Amino acid sequence: MSALIDYTLHLADNSLILGQRNGEWCGHGPILEQDIAITNISLDLIGQARSLYQYAAVLINDSELSVSSKASSPLERRFGGEVSEDSLAYLRTEREFKNCLLVEQSNGDWAQTILRQFLFSSYQYYLYQYLQTNTDTTIAAIAEKSLKEVSYHLRWSSEWVIRLGDGTGESHGRMLKAIDELWRYTGEFFIPADYEKELKIDGASLKYEWSKKIKTVFDEATLTVPPDIFMQEGGKQGRHTEQLGYILTELQYMQRAYPGCEW
Amino acid sequence: MVGSEEKEMKTSVIDKKALYAYLEEIKDPEIPVLSVVDMGIIRDIKLNDDELEVIITSTYTGCPAMDMIAANIRVELATLGFQKVKVTQSISPPWTTDWISEDGKRKLKEYGIAPPNPKQQVCNDKLFAADEAVQCPRCNSWHTHRISEFGSTACKALYQCNDCKEPFDYFKCH
Ligand SMILES: [Zn+2]
Repeated sequence: MSALIDYTLHLADNSLILGQRNGEWCGHGPILEQDIAITNISLDLIGQARSLYQYAAVLINDSELSVSSKASSPLERRFGGEVSEDSLAYLRTEREFKNCLLVEQSNGDWAQTILRQFLFSSYQYYLYQYLQTNTDTTIAAIAEKSLKEVSYHLRWSSEWVIRLGDGTGESHGRMLKAIDELWRYTGEFFIPADYEKELKIDGASLKYEWSKKIKTVFDEATLTVPPDIFMQEGGKQGRHTEQLGYILTELQYMQRAYPGCEW
Repeated sequence: MVGSEEKEMKTSVIDKKALYAYLEEIKDPEIPVLSVVDMGIIRDIKLNDDELEVIITSTYTGCPAMDMIAANIRVELATLGFQKVKVTQSISPPWTTDWISEDGKRKLKEYGIAPPNPKQQVCNDKLFAADEAVQCPRCNSWHTHRISEFGSTACKALYQCNDCKEPFDYFKCH
């Protein structure tokens, strides 16, 4: 049970944090249509996060009811027994977030935001395809539902990678810089955390399709897939880059300053 | 006497057809010409003892209108005298644009939003070239192009007609 809770939170955190990051573009996009596009993607991601947090809350509250040894996990103790989608998003600390490092990286310029979206959406696309047949029917249903939206994210970000990579000298150079900045965070997708191993979620099996997709789009964008380099990891286990702290400070401010406030 | 009244109440409660007619009054807050029934988001209506349960499904996972729709359903049914109403969201099977009624598609077009194309055309991950042919809801020309994959709401894309030059929303296939 606890592996399923951790994994559900991991999926939810990926979506929430990337959604929050993309939301920073609201009102600042390079042109109106793309400002709307990136914030719509935020909305989809936060919607996915909500479904997943709601499910995680049910799992946590149920395991609380079943008493016994598990009942004193730090999460349940802190929330006094009743966990909700809101408490999971607003009241957990940095070390409790299980998102991949890539999604918390800063927006940088438009090229960096686009590349981050493309690297992540292509991963999420194959992951959700894979999860559609998961034995946990709720996870499978959320994956199936979200996959349609992710297909749009993938298409949109792929087109932008090509547009920028195969664009001007300036845009090409910025894509190269973005690859240099972000590539090191992609290895983590395919290194299973303990909770993934326990659930027999074989993320490594997605690497082939993912790499093929990246190569196809990069080829068309006149970009080169980097050689094997040292990959950062730890996000899935709660060991984050300094970026996450800043995101949570902003995201959680209201609930920390005015606990339980609604509007 | 009280008993027979109660019985009458319950039989009328299970009259789903009448209930669907009432729900026709609830419009999608973002597309006010479409009712929640036209949208195909009412999955089922059930009676659990004295509680009426309306099961709805969200169009897009992040659709901000869903909470408002759920609240409006509760208000509408409360004014009809249903004291206890529960609105439950169901995610499986996922909603698709196929569930929009034919009537709904006609209303969309009249409102100036191009209705979703039949399913087989779409929803793939092919790039650029895979732009869908979408008919202009104003002049019926097929000579249109996509301005943005994402329009005024998550469920719509932005197109422009090359003939009448009018920009319009397309309810994208889902
Ligand atoms: Zn036209």
